[in-house]
Amino acid sequence: MVRDVTLGQFLPGNSLMHRLDPRVKFVLVLSVIVFIFVAGNFVGLAVVAALVFAAMATSGVSIGRYFKSLKVILFVVLFTSILNLFYGGGEVLWEWGFLRITTGGIRNSIFIAVRIVVLIFASSVLTFTTSPTQLTDALERLMKPLKLIRVPVHEVAMMMTIALRFIPTLLEETDKIMNAQKARGADMESGGILQRVRSLVPVLVPLFVSSFRRAYDLAMAMECRCYNGGKGRTKMKVLHIAPVDIVVSCVTAAACAGVVLLRIFVTHPYL
Amino acid sequence: MSVLEVKNVSYIYGPKTPFRKVAVDDVSFSIEEGECVGLIGHTGSGKSTLIQQLNGLLRPTSGTVLLHGKDIWEQPKKIRSVRFQVGMVFQYPEYQLFEETVFKDIAFGPKNQKLSEPEIGERVMAAADFVGMDRNLLEKSPFELSGGEKRRAAIAGVIAMDPDVLILDEPTAGLDPMGRDMILGQIMEYHKKRRNTIVLVSHSMEDIAETADRILVMNQGKVAMFDQPAQVFAQGQELQAMGLQVPQVTRIMTMLREKGYPVPSGVFTLRQAVEALLPLLQKKGEGASHG
Repeated sequence: MVRDVTLGQFLPGNSLMHRLDPRVKFVLVLSVIVFIFVAGNFVGLAVVAALVFAAMATSGVSIGRYFKSLKVILFVVLFTSILNLFYGGGEVLWEWGFLRITTGGIRNSIFIAVRIVVLIFASSVLTFTTSPTQLTDALERLMKPLKLIRVPVHEVAMMMTIALRFIPTLLEETDKIMNAQKARGADMESGGILQRVRSLVPVLVPLFVSSFRRAYDLAMAMECRCYNGGKGRTKMKVLHIAPVDIVVSCVTAAACAGVVLLRIFVTHPYL
Repeated sequence: MSVLEVKNVSYIYGPKTPFRKVAVDDVSFSIEEGECVGLIGHTGSGKSTLIQQLNGLLRPTSGTVLLHGKDIWEQPKKIRSVRFQVGMVFQYPEYQLFEETVFKDIAFGPKNQKLSEPEIGERVMAAADFVGMDRNLLEKSPFELSGGEKRRAAIAGVIAMDPDVLILDEPTAGLDPMGRDMILGQIMEYHKKRRNTIVLVSHSMEDIAETADRILVMNQGKVAMFDQPAQVFAQGQELQAMGLQVPQVTRIMTMLREKGYPVPSGVFTLRQAVEALLPLLQKKGEGASHG
């Protein structure tokens, strides 16, 4: 049950998106996200959305999975679009006290809902098709310039790798301990908030104890293999930029340029 | 009457995902009252998934589990009462200890059963005695105990619920030979005194051979064999094909028989082997003195 979290879950595969260099993918997704906000009208947003849909289609992940990742964020989408309903000018359609819905407001709320949905889809493409190791590798490489201002880039990346690596382990451990306590009659499904929080103690205490144990074991194992940080370390899998990365980058760049042009030249208030 | 009956049970992990896996595949068997069943199988054969369905921690994807003839999922809200009747000791149970004192930890189960204070006290003491736990340890923190003591405290925590069926998943894993013998001995002692049903999961043939009345062999999610130890261990080759071994002594006896020594078949515990070999050695000794 704790394993049913879809947001940010890697799904192994061999699609076009899976084969992209993780650094390129990371930068591209980041720029797509920026340009989702640069797009000031529906035409521009449509261009970004088309790009994101193309990425989704070539990711080899079923559309259902993407929509499932929306479920978590559905509340935020609804909340922001309902809030936006009451802002904006234009023709007044409905009025009650200080609340008024205008045509501009409707346009805004739809626009923002689409924006968030496309944003979630774009980041889902990244997390569905990039393994955590690839992701941290990419981040380590991309953050390298920060070394100049003495940021311990390698150590940060290593910490992220370890943290990500242990998420499934800890989830599994949580499951196991929960089962063990349930087998002794622990009741975690009923009762008020206070009772439910209290019923977590039998799970959290063993979980903390075993996390510390695991941390000590891992530190020991790393030291036994003479780990001493990033200095002079080489990579087993060196990342290479392939022609396909360049092609995808060019397509994305073109789309982004289109978004800027559309923002400048399309000025119709409802577009 | 059989205490536990499993009827056409299947369990599928992650249906409708790329990680879909059939862990238990249309399994049926029944366990009689007061029996000690050994459950063996290679890693990933579905043992753990199967036993978690016996006390309602997992709900079968299809099929039913009957406890005393009643479907345990008849009233899903009352599944907890099933868990009190079918006690489950997980693998490495020492990692589930959480209370301030060993006493309180063992009392966790009985307390969830809503027993009265004096009753809880009695249960804890009885359970501590069964696992051979020193009463001085009861007021200590569970985290101060040694590995073997922790394990015994955790097992006591389940025994304290006084279950009709006790399931133990690899109770001797990671213990030294002495700790192993001690825990197994205490479990068997408990089994004899309470006459309740025991399911012992293990991949140590030696453990199973010493304790089980019947052996259930799982292979790739199915029941491959369910029979008396003698019958199961007679099928050495089939077991080997499933990645399992017959007990060491049985292998030695087979080798001896192949060399032409008149040793009986169907020997699978150390004691039986001693009984079979002693007369042979004595005879040899006599022969030597005559010659």
